[in-house]
Amino acid sequence: MNRPLKQIHLAAHFPGVNNTTVWSDPAAGSHIEFASFTHFARTAERAKFDFLFLAEGLRLREQGGRIHDLDVVGRPDTFTVLAALAAVTEHLGLTGTISSTFNEPYEVARQFASLDHLSGGRAAWNVVTSWDAFTGENFRRGGFLPRDERYARAREFLATAHELFDSWDGGEILADQDSGVFLRDAGAGAFAHRGPHFDISGHFNVPRSPQGRPVIFQAGDSEEGREFAAADADAVFSRFASLEAGRAFYADVKGRLARYGRTPDELKILPAATFVLGDTDAEARELAREVRLKQVSGATAIAYLEHVWNRDLSGYDPDGPLPEVDPDPGENTIALGRASVRQFRDPFAVAKEWRELAAARNLSIRELVIETTGRQSFIGSPATVADSIDHLVQEDAADGFILVPHLTPGGLDAFADTVVPLLQERGVFRREYTGRTLRDHLGLREAPGPAAPGALTASGRTAAHR
Amino acid sequence: MPSPSRPFSLSPSPALHLAVALDGAGWHPAAWREPGAEPTRLFTAAHWASLVAEAEAGLLDFVTFEDSLALQSAHPTESDGRTDQVRGRLDAVLLAARVAPLTRHVGLVPSVIATHTEPFHVSKAVATLDHVSGGRAGLRVRISGRADEARHFGRRSPDEGRAVLLDEAADHIEVVRRLWDSWEDDAEIRDVATGRFIDRDKLHYIGFEGRRFSVKGPSITPRPPQGQPPVSALAADSAAYPLLARATDIGYVTPRDTDEVRVAVAGVRGAREAAGGDPGRPAHLFGELTVFLGDTRAAAVRRLQRLDAAHGSAYTSDAAVFTGTPVHLADLLLEWRAAGLSGFRLRPGVLAHDLPAITRGLVPELQRRRAFRRSYEASSLRGLLGLARPANRYATPAAAPVPARAARA
Repeated sequence: MNRPLKQIHLAAHFPGVNNTTVWSDPAAGSHIEFASFTHFARTAERAKFDFLFLAEGLRLREQGGRIHDLDVVGRPDTFTVLAALAAVTEHLGLTGTISSTFNEPYEVARQFASLDHLSGGRAAWNVVTSWDAFTGENFRRGGFLPRDERYARAREFLATAHELFDSWDGGEILADQDSGVFLRDAGAGAFAHRGPHFDISGHFNVPRSPQGRPVIFQAGDSEEGREFAAADADAVFSRFASLEAGRAFYADVKGRLARYGRTPDELKILPAATFVLGDTDAEARELAREVRLKQVSGATAIAYLEHVWNRDLSGYDPDGPLPEVDPDPGENTIALGRASVRQFRDPFAVAKEWRELAAARNLSIRELVIETTGRQSFIGSPATVADSIDHLVQEDAADGFILVPHLTPGGLDAFADTVVPLLQERGVFRREYTGRTLRDHLGLREAPGPAAPGALTASGRTAAHR
Repeated sequence: MPSPSRPFSLSPSPALHLAVALDGAGWHPAAWREPGAEPTRLFTAAHWASLVAEAEAGLLDFVTFEDSLALQSAHPTESDGRTDQVRGRLDAVLLAARVAPLTRHVGLVPSVIATHTEPFHVSKAVATLDHVSGGRAGLRVRISGRADEARHFGRRSPDEGRAVLLDEAADHIEVVRRLWDSWEDDAEIRDVATGRFIDRDKLHYIGFEGRRFSVKGPSITPRPPQGQPPVSALAADSAAYPLLARATDIGYVTPRDTDEVRVAVAGVRGAREAAGGDPGRPAHLFGELTVFLGDTRAAAVRRLQRLDAAHGSAYTSDAAVFTGTPVHLADLLLEWRAAGLSGFRLRPGVLAHDLPAITRGLVPELQRRRAFRRSYEASSLRGLLGLARPANRYATPAAAPVPARAARA
């Protein structure tokens, strides 16, 4: 291999409302106070990360008909907290997960365009689809969609948003005080979209933002999701996998780009990854085991089992053997409002596999859940973790990683202090930011727009942004 | 029954509350052409940060951020296609959030259009603004009967009528408020012994069932530091008074003279009694004034004439237009204060000129008359407005004392 070293992209996922996040640790801080977000974002920026990532869920999770109380509960509004973080950071990209089901294109487009203005070109949108009437109960227009229509609506939503972003080409604002001409063009912002999901027209009211369009993320690895990503996304937020599985996914998704007239470097593959660091690999392994015990309490283990079994298993001892009863084959109603349920598409196969594993290794319910769910992606000394990350990227299993620490807000600190310098020494991670926008950080081209990219030069496009 | 001339707020002192309405380069259509307006910076964070810093330096209670879901337009329902005025704006909630970490005292009150937005999103957005600002968020609710805005959403007819939209706005605010209370203050327990992060008995479904929509809850965002950030709305005429009385903490009215102040005060009081609900709604009634200030009245008039000449016609407004010195404005505000208003939302004709004239001219004049604060006396917006932190409607009083750290007022 004679090609130059790939540059790694790194991002920081604010710890989420699931059992990956350890709230019982004495070092665990608030999940809602702005100081936690500030600390987390500034650490990521100190480490020269590409961006911060926020997930979203629009209804509190329920288990067995009651609000799930074992994990962190509660989070801020995505746009609002990202806009505030734009004030305490200078370079860090700001990625928000926003549903295409429970929003309208005009409103979301102006929120992202506003965020991009207010951050000087650092906004990114992780476009997700939602599927359930359960979440729809929080919204005046509801939101239930048959599964096969979710992606159709999402794609039309995104296409509509792009039409809105592109309704300003960036050269309209003259603002000449002497002549009294504010807009060069009375048609600024004009748009009309007619489609099965959206039939809207008029004028978009946010002038073109520094990036033109926010960076677009697609999350998930389904067939529809892969195609959506190849057609429309700048980056994929995928699941962490082994070297082999990661390479297969990477090759598959990048291989789809040519059909859309795109080159492989126009789409970044960025899996989510967890990590545990120690002074030595052995110490890290020991710490990782302790973290897993905190992540999977007995009650959490039973809750996980209920996702697969689709039954009330509260009578079972988490330190005892797996249930002999089979999963309930009906629609999964035990756990609502969480994406992880969809992992278990064939609960009988999962149950069979888990029983065999438990029997072979004499595992209790809790031990089994610790073993089969959410093991940390990277475990080791800083050198080991830096080596693993670099290897996976250079071998084309990923273009970088979205790191998910298990502690709020300090879970990124050690990584920033120990792993990042090693990656910098290897010449595979930036020592300083060299660009201004998130597109710059990710090595993405300028967003396509109504004008040819060459025409979007600094003179016209950024006149209103300086 | 209180006499109409008694201040709306029951405080015996003449002290009044002051807010400034921020919009583009100012409220005059030609404001962007004035010296210092820097019209190419209107879409930058720096522009808004400097305006809010000026308001805070003047010890103002709060700033509001205008918003609309269409381009600005002089036409009542459609785009006007004009190119000689500021067109384009940024989302008001995001603007408020962007400046929150840069300020410490001043209240931040974005406008939200109830007609086209989801109360669930609005509730968590303002709750989050309250979290990131340490208890300084508010909300100003508007309705929209504009045809151009309706077409941007494509979900409803613009012909539903103002009465329907006002009634719906009251439902919208009710949902926003219930969601703020859907978490009790001490719902987060982090009980390691039982493995529970949350006491789920302290999270509440709001079960709102209205004529036009229903919302289940609870919010995904914990209760804001203020409990209930102040909600405000403008009543352009008496048709909106029931909305003020049902749903708001601060009403804005647009009297032209002192007699009209008395009529508005009596009208809102009447609506408050007719509503029969919370007698504290609205707790405050603010007068709206567009202001053009100068060192002399003649200088202020000349400024307005210059702006009108640039614009090509005389400035008109739904609110009273004041032209004069800060001293004369102080006279007027105190007169209207005595007639029953508790504060004012001033619309600077030109932000670059009239905002500093308010903070450096009007404010010191009011301070000399003991009618305005000399330093910030509270760290929350409710505190500045003299509003106590409210109990949670879903909490059982004995079981849920307000934690000391949450009582910011």
